[in-house]
Amino acid sequence: MEWNFWAVMTDFDLLLLGLVNTLKVTALALLFGVPLGLCLAVLRLSGARLVSAAAAFIIEFFRTTPPLVQLFWFFFALPILIDVRMTPFIASIVTFSIQSSAFFAEIFRGGIQSIDQGQWEGGKAIGMTYAQSMRRIVLPQAVKRMIPAFMERSIELLKTTTLVSTVAYTDLMFQANDLAQKTFRPLEVYTVVALMYFALIFALSQLSIAVEHRLAKSGDSTVR
Amino acid sequence: MNAILRIENLHKRFGDLTVLAGIDAAVEAGETVVLLGSSGSGKSTLLRCINFMETPTEGRITLHGRLVGEERGGVMRYRESELCKLRTRIGMVFQHFNLFPHMTVLRNIMEGQVTVLKRGAAEAAAKAREQLARVGLSDKADEYPARLSGGQKQRVAIARALAMDPDMMLFDEVTSALDPELVGEVLKTMRRLTEEGMTMVVVTHELGFAYHVANRVLFLDQGVILEQGEPQQVLKEPATQRMREFLDGHSLFKLPD
Repeated sequence: MEWNFWAVMTDFDLLLLGLVNTLKVTALALLFGVPLGLCLAVLRLSGARLVSAAAAFIIEFFRTTPPLVQLFWFFFALPILIDVRMTPFIASIVTFSIQSSAFFAEIFRGGIQSIDQGQWEGGKAIGMTYAQSMRRIVLPQAVKRMIPAFMERSIELLKTTTLVSTVAYTDLMFQANDLAQKTFRPLEVYTVVALMYFALIFALSQLSIAVEHRLAKSGDSTVR
Repeated sequence: MNAILRIENLHKRFGDLTVLAGIDAAVEAGETVVLLGSSGSGKSTLLRCINFMETPTEGRITLHGRLVGEERGGVMRYRESELCKLRTRIGMVFQHFNLFPHMTVLRNIMEGQVTVLKRGAAEAAAKAREQLARVGLSDKADEYPARLSGGQKQRVAIARALAMDPDMMLFDEVTSALDPELVGEVLKTMRRLTEEGMTMVVVTHELGFAYHVANRVLFLDQGVILEQGEPQQVLKEPATQRMREFLDGHSLFKLPD
């Protein structure tokens, strides 16, 4: 077996384009998924039993069903149900925003519930509404504790986005498949792509470890 | 009568457990009332019903002659917005301080003023410094609560409540979590408030404070007021066996001869 990276290197810009698209899907899924997760968590924690149960169901549903099934459902099934033009890009964003929001909801819920009841009382006693206590007192403290879990989930999301190649969105994985077929050099192509994912995710997890250490020092983190 | 606060037929039940079983009481402007009782007597719950940290199961609370909530179909209904406004008028200090650890001392004292009362930052900061000086902690404005002693934390909590310009202050066992040598500074701060004419309701185990500072003492037992009156009378000549037992239980309690 001979290694020949020539073909990969001449078309490396295709892989770079794929990498940019992978980051785009991940970033947009975070952009929509985090606020949506916060909403779900707040509904889940609300006193209204029906609302809480509905939020719990949505969270559980998207946490337990395989993301590939969700992706296919949004891409192939939803356009039959309602009149939308679904592109691979939109289907990917919708799927991973909702899917990751379910996980972020649980992270938010854990963070919020870890804050001492006395903090709510401190806010309430100076006349704060529930929303004011949440925004000014509880969330700022909860978010700090959530950061390790949040980073871990984001890295997981980045890996899961490889699934979007199955609906022909041109992410890094899709570009790799394309290039492997075109060049007949799957060995080199997938090796390079694996290294690209490794470099990206290794850098992110190193960053995450550094952040955890800083938080651990300030004594406000829940490092596993 | 110049009653700031009037409590009528107050009941509080948690499920099957009756904690308050019909409390009638009034607090006059400038008065310091101390609530005594063993644990489980309902004194903290009574205090927490005054600013609606707990919602009474039954009964009426009147503040400045105005009934809190509305009576509909024989049941009291409370709107959250009314209760929030009420809590800005009644300061509360807790056993475990409940300071906001992510904010400096100054920010802690500004928070309610800015977020709830919508005061400007400069005005709130000036007010916060004024209150910090009042509790003798001017030099701690930029510290985080974690770096303060228990006694200092509690004085910051008092300043935070005072910064809202309340009509009345509630103290819920504010010295119970403190090291013995730190209790004095907090009690001294509270005594000064009494002398300045603040209306106060205080739940405490510090009988010395009750004796020397309170205008009136209420002794609660099993959710009702068993005895009340001037501290010199109630603490020295208890009328009931229950109160005598309670006083005997406080071994540290020594009355001046």
